[in-house]
Amino acid sequence: MANNPFTPGIAAGRLPSGALDRNFADLHPPFDRHEALVAADRCYFCHDAPCVTACPTTIDIPLFIRQIATGTPEAAARTIFDQNILGGMCARACPTETLCEEACVREVAEGRPVEIGRLQRFATDTMMARDGHPYARADQTGKRIAVVGAGPAGLACAHRLAMHGHEVVVFDSRQRPGGLNEYGIASYKTVDEFAQAEVEWLLGIGGIKVAQDTRLSDGLDLEALIGDHDAVFLGIGLAGVNALRIEGADLQGVDDAVAFIANLRQAEDLSSLAIGRNVVVVGGGMTAIDAAVQSRLLGAENVAIVYRRGRDRMTASRYEQDLAASKGVRIVTHARPVRVIGDGTVQEVEFEYTRDGASGLEDAGETFRLAADQVFKAIGQTLEGAPDALQIEGGKIKVDESGRTSIPGVWAGGDCASGGDDLTVTAVAEGRDAAEDIHNAILAGKENVNETPRPGNEPG
Amino acid sequence: MANLACEFVGIRSPNPFWLASAPPTDKEYNVRRAFEAGWGGVVWKTLGEEGPPIVNVNGPRYGAVWGADRRLLGLNNIELITDRPLETNLQEIKTVKRDYPDRAVVVSLMVPCVEDAWKAILPLVEDTGADGIELNFGCPHGMSERGMGSAVGQVPDYIEMVTRWCKQNTRMPVIVKLTPNITDIRYPARASKAGGADAVSLINTVSSITSVNLDTYSPEPSIDGKGTHGGFCGPAVKPIALNMVAQIARDPESEGLPISGIGGVTTWRDAAEFLTLGAGNVQVCTAVMTYGFKIVQEMISGLGDWMDEKGHASVDDVVGRAVPNFTDWQYLNLNYVTKARIDQDLCIGCGRCFAACEDTSHQAIAINPGRKFEVIDEECVACNLCVNVCPVEDCITMEELAPGVVDPRTGQEVVADYGNWTTHPNNPGTCAAE
Ligand SMILES: Cc1cc2nc3c(=O)[nH]c(=O)nc-3n(C[C@H](O)[C@H](O)[C@H](O)COP(=O)(O)OP(=O)(O)OC[C@H]3O[C@@H](n4cnc5c(N)ncnc54)[C@H](O)[C@@H]3O)c2cc1C
Ligand SMILES: Cc1cc2nc3c(=O)[nH]c(=O)nc-3n(C[C@H](O)[C@H](O)[C@H](O)COP(=O)(O)O)c2cc1C
Ligand code: SF4
Ligand code: SF4
Ligand code: SF4
Repeated sequence: MANNPFTPGIAAGRLPSGALDRNFADLHPPFDRHEALVAADRCYFCHDAPCVTACPTTIDIPLFIRQIATGTPEAAARTIFDQNILGGMCARACPTETLCEEACVREVAEGRPVEIGRLQRFATDTMMARDGHPYARADQTGKRIAVVGAGPAGLACAHRLAMHGHEVVVFDSRQRPGGLNEYGIASYKTVDEFAQAEVEWLLGIGGIKVAQDTRLSDGLDLEALIGDHDAVFLGIGLAGVNALRIEGADLQGVDDAVAFIANLRQAEDLSSLAIGRNVVVVGGGMTAIDAAVQSRLLGAENVAIVYRRGRDRMTASRYEQDLAASKGVRIVTHARPVRVIGDGTVQEVEFEYTRDGASGLEDAGETFRLAADQVFKAIGQTLEGAPDALQIEGGKIKVDESGRTSIPGVWAGGDCASGGDDLTVTAVAEGRDAAEDIHNAILAGKENVNETPRPGNEPG
Repeated sequence: MANLACEFVGIRSPNPFWLASAPPTDKEYNVRRAFEAGWGGVVWKTLGEEGPPIVNVNGPRYGAVWGADRRLLGLNNIELITDRPLETNLQEIKTVKRDYPDRAVVVSLMVPCVEDAWKAILPLVEDTGADGIELNFGCPHGMSERGMGSAVGQVPDYIEMVTRWCKQNTRMPVIVKLTPNITDIRYPARASKAGGADAVSLINTVSSITSVNLDTYSPEPSIDGKGTHGGFCGPAVKPIALNMVAQIARDPESEGLPISGIGGVTTWRDAAEFLTLGAGNVQVCTAVMTYGFKIVQEMISGLGDWMDEKGHASVDDVVGRAVPNFTDWQYLNLNYVTKARIDQDLCIGCGRCFAACEDTSHQAIAINPGRKFEVIDEECVACNLCVNVCPVEDCITMEELAPGVVDPRTGQEVVADYGNWTTHPNNPGTCAAE
């Protein structure tokens, strides 16, 4: 284990374990009680608060902050969970700088918003630390609903349905539930196995059965699900990744950023995780940032993110970009990869500079190369495993505002469904709203909603 | 640079900042350090008569009210007068006064309500070389049940009587410290004057319970499960104290009676306000008990800078400046019409003004498209609530309507002339006079 950041190639244990522990510790350490009181006191209790409008799950932020300020964090947690049962993960993972905190009037006034995310974490952590589950189920309805995908969308949907008294079965193709909460969110945002603890806590409501290792379109088919259940919700996320269609993309060392992050999240021992000395990440979103930052934290010497357009077009927020820069990641913009060079394994990547022309992005006529032992592709995920019968729109399952798909009795939400940003919190909102719609549809007296065609939403 | 030195009832001090009679002045060690820090004077912690000293509780003495970030807004205490032997205190007063001849050293006293008790203690105090005495008629707890403190301060006749005894038995100036726990502060002030007092000082603490422990159901501070009422002081009592000081300052019957202003003085600004309302100096307790003696440096620099800015050469120049502007409601100008105005550049869109006016007042603020908050002049009565709840300073202001302009709320033209309630047509008194 004499490796260090300068060890050539791809190597494990570049940093001593103490350094790794420090690097992967909580990015925003939790507030203690007094810090929470001080932070809560900054909230103005706005009328028709802009922060609430900016929250995809519409949490009553001024109310929960006032509940913290008056010494009742558990009441605050109920206010949060009423709208967002994954309020614990959202408090950690939400890009608050582009959501509630961006809209906060104190951000507008002083450039320093009320720390809504950390306050939310204080409240939810307080409640989750106690035994038991805060919600009780309504009288059993005898209705059964199938949820496919145990990510934030599926879990939020399942919880709301269970609360309304329905029986829910959640099918998921992975080993562990949680979706990208478990396999995607950066480690330093969700330390100490929080994702699993949260799933367990959520399931504490009862009435939800989870079937892992079960894949839709692969042993499980939609027709059968519809037949066996009163409704079906699809929250299968985006399981595929876009391919890098350039010469050398199949060389050893060219990997998916999402897979790299999933491995990292599942690693028992970070010092056993191999990382290149020179790492190049291609892309401009949250995944690119997370892959690059975590590469640095593992001990890679040189890490660069290369994005084909300008900084302002990156979907990663300015805050995320600055975070990457502060960890020593170089961000190169206006460059697209044209070729991966290597002899069996990758050695270099060649890029072409680009510029914004009249008809979109055009080549600037100059190339450069970056040394690379490892290349991570973070150029977008794609829908995979969606049943053919479903109508697709813009690469996603087409849904209306209530999450209804083109097939009666089938709802969808989260990343796999059309509309909304690809965020944990959006997935929660969509799962929750679909559950309400499923509940209302079932309660509308239809013995089997599947047999009730809806005007304008029939299969293609 | 303004001269902060002042003379109060003949007692000189380098600045108008004295420490009030309380724990900060309970012993030589404290007072020496206070003087080193720059305090102009002290009123020594109240002495009782000779004999075994009183005892204090051995559990908590203080309760508190906090604001944001645990900022202490109010303190409540159930402490009694000094619990150290009389002889020790007198000895220390003597040494301190000898070492700090330029500072004011006044001794607070509280002995039973019989002339002999006062006759006995006054020569002992005189002997220390102290500059004056302050009669503690204010303490609202512990001592009042024994017929002292506020039990005297609540009966003007007793005040007059005891004051007279003191004046007859000592050459030292006599300051009477008043309790705010009465209905009309002017009566004890008048009684003090009638008894020959050189000055009054106020306020002592306000009877209070700061909080109740919701687990044990005991008022705080809790002594083995029980609490008692205490005396409230600190920033929260300043408005009460200011009013009482000003009421005395403008009362023709106590005209010219010097006042030492006490109650919530925390910054130079508080001190300046007391001075303008008629106080000749100020006394401070809670602020030093919160932050230590060093705050006097801010008080000195702040008051000096402000006086320079305003062109006031001496403290006397400031004393009482606001008194003529303190009037009765009935003399306020009813023809002065203002409207709230929202500065759209400063507005951060929190909507608090809307919630306040819409829910609890006059429905005079509209949310216009783009979350633009605007005042509806037809409804605005100029109550100032929106100004007070707006988190942005100067964002909402009260703008005066010029004479001749029609007030859209009343449909009437603003009149240039002063007109008050005594002459208002709606006043039955006015009608009867016609
Ligand atoms: C690396 C990375 C970092 C991210 N960081 C953040 C962040 O910090 N903050 C943020 O708000 N968002 C972040 N996101 C986005 C966020 O994770 C997603 O928007 C969110 O997880 C979507 O939830 P979902 O339930 O729709 O899908 P997923 O979380 O993807 O869950 C889908 C679930 O369905 C299962 N599944 C898929 N296909 C099938 C099938 N055929 N049969 C059965 N089960 C199936 C999967 O195993 C998975 O458990 C990040 C995304 C990535 C990739
Ligand atoms: C703990 C404590 C003890 C006090 N003891 C006395 C006292 O012995 N004699 C007295 O005249 N006033 C006493 N006071 C009242 C103060 O002198 C002062 O009048 C009051 O606290 C208001 O001033 P402040 O708001 O600056 O504290 C005491 C106040 C406190 C907090
Ligand atoms: S916008 Fe900011 S200040 Fe207003 S309620 Fe929301 S968090 Fe509080
Ligand atoms: S001054 Fe009073 S009435 Fe006028 S807008 Fe403000 S709150 Fe409303
Ligand atoms: S209270 Fe002040 S800042 Fe808030 S909306 Fe009203 S005017 Fe604007």
